[in-house]
Amino acid sequence: MELAFYLGGLVAVIATLGVITGTNAVHSLLNLIVSLIAVAIVFFALGAPFAGALEIIVYAGAIMVLFVFVVMILNLGQGAVEQERLWLQARTWILPAILSLVLLGTLLVTLSAGDGGRMISGDMLTAKAVGRTLFGPWLLVVELAAMLLLAGLVTASHVGRLPRDRRDDKKGGN
Amino acid sequence: MSWLTPQVIDILYAMFQAIVILLAAVLLGAVMTVVERRLLGLWQDRYGPNRVGPFGSLQLIADMIKIFFKEDWIPPFADRKLFMLAPAIAMASLLLSFMIIPITPGWGIADLNIGLLFFFAMAGINVYAVLFGGWASGNKYALLGAMRASAQTLSYEVFMGLALMGVVGITGSFNMREIVQAQEGLWFIVPQFFGFCTFLIAGIAVTHRHPFDQPEAEQELADGYHIEFSSMKFGMFFIGEYVGMVLVSALIVTLFFGGWQGPWLPPIVWFALKTAFFLMLFVLLRASLPRPRYDRVMSFGWKVCLPLTLINLLVTSAVILLDAPG
Repeated sequence: MELAFYLGGLVAVIATLGVITGTNAVHSLLNLIVSLIAVAIVFFALGAPFAGALEIIVYAGAIMVLFVFVVMILNLGQGAVEQERLWLQARTWILPAILSLVLLGTLLVTLSAGDGGRMISGDMLTAKAVGRTLFGPWLLVVELAAMLLLAGLVTASHVGRLPRDRRDDKKGGN
Repeated sequence: MSWLTPQVIDILYAMFQAIVILLAAVLLGAVMTVVERRLLGLWQDRYGPNRVGPFGSLQLIADMIKIFFKEDWIPPFADRKLFMLAPAIAMASLLLSFMIIPITPGWGIADLNIGLLFFFAMAGINVYAVLFGGWASGNKYALLGAMRASAQTLSYEVFMGLALMGVVGITGSFNMREIVQAQEGLWFIVPQFFGFCTFLIAGIAVTHRHPFDQPEAEQELADGYHIEFSSMKFGMFFIGEYVGMVLVSALIVTLFFGGWQGPWLPPIVWFALKTAFFLMLFVLLRASLPRPRYDRVMSFGWKVCLPLTLINLLVTSAVILLDAPG
């Protein structure tokens, strides 16, 4: 399990680097999908197969599809790749690199203080346990998230509706 | 023979099972391409392919020779990497899903705790085959087909998951073996009839089978997302579609028709018979139904099937709660 954890982590890091340095938007998205699947494998290795499966279903299987979909509609050509290459100059890397290094340092210090070996081989979490936790102590948060999603849905359907005059046109056209 | 411990024998036996199931799935997919054409011929009052071998039985070999030896052409305007990746995703994600299907009490590859979710994950990844295939072709018809396919698959996957939650609720587990065992007395088709109807529709839509094959509609899109693919790359999309059909049939049998269970006959025969029935149903649907308009397909999914599955889920959970002791 430890091997799977480290391999998954390695793939996730490499794929994420590919997302950042890639110049072709669709290739970057493919890297991001690979990275998400690698993170799912990390979840499996940690004994949380439910979270791993949901990671693939929700992030890789649904949200990323929408990303790819939008990028395809934009029909970016070679021009966009050139522009992206221009933006990826050494000068633009300085600040993000410093910020990430600070985060990496914090992470390493925290990890070296704790006991990393114990975390990797944890108990297997079943779907039932996840459900009981979500709808037990965290019920309020789940309900709030549901309301937020509903608000998003209502907003989307309001923004996406056809204006009154065009709606009549469409009915006539059918 | 000291290395031949019981553990090693177990591993070898599991690998043997996996290889047999893999080959059976691919071969069945390939055989279905010919069986479908013969059956379509039968139902549409014509002969179908009947020239190669006795009663056209060798048609499959002729098709395979033809498809293997065609020029494997990659268009100069295509995105080479994704163009080669797409057929592999199409085939691999569907084949991997066979892992969770318990064929008989002793046969089956993985007995996963999250069984059913694994299938949803693979179905989710399968969308990329069409999306990347359509985009990488650099062809506007392919792109249109890919967009239709992804929008359709996303819409239908939403309630495909919800349709099965009734089954999961009654069983109390995502594990496929436990789902089959829970149908000992009564197949889930009876208490979960609406779940079955919506899952069947979603299954057809997700595999892009007729009447949900707008992504590859010949009349408007000249074949949709795989228009630029040739030789074995096209072959993988083509066989992948039939493998998907076999997969959805096997899933329906496992989830709603008691899997391997049945009187008198051995389990494997029951499983094969039930799966064959649904494969025939897939072909019959193609033979008998016209192709609806694309926007109708989308609104049918969101306005009829999704509410139906939600109501089904609500009623099922209410019944489970009322039945629960204490």
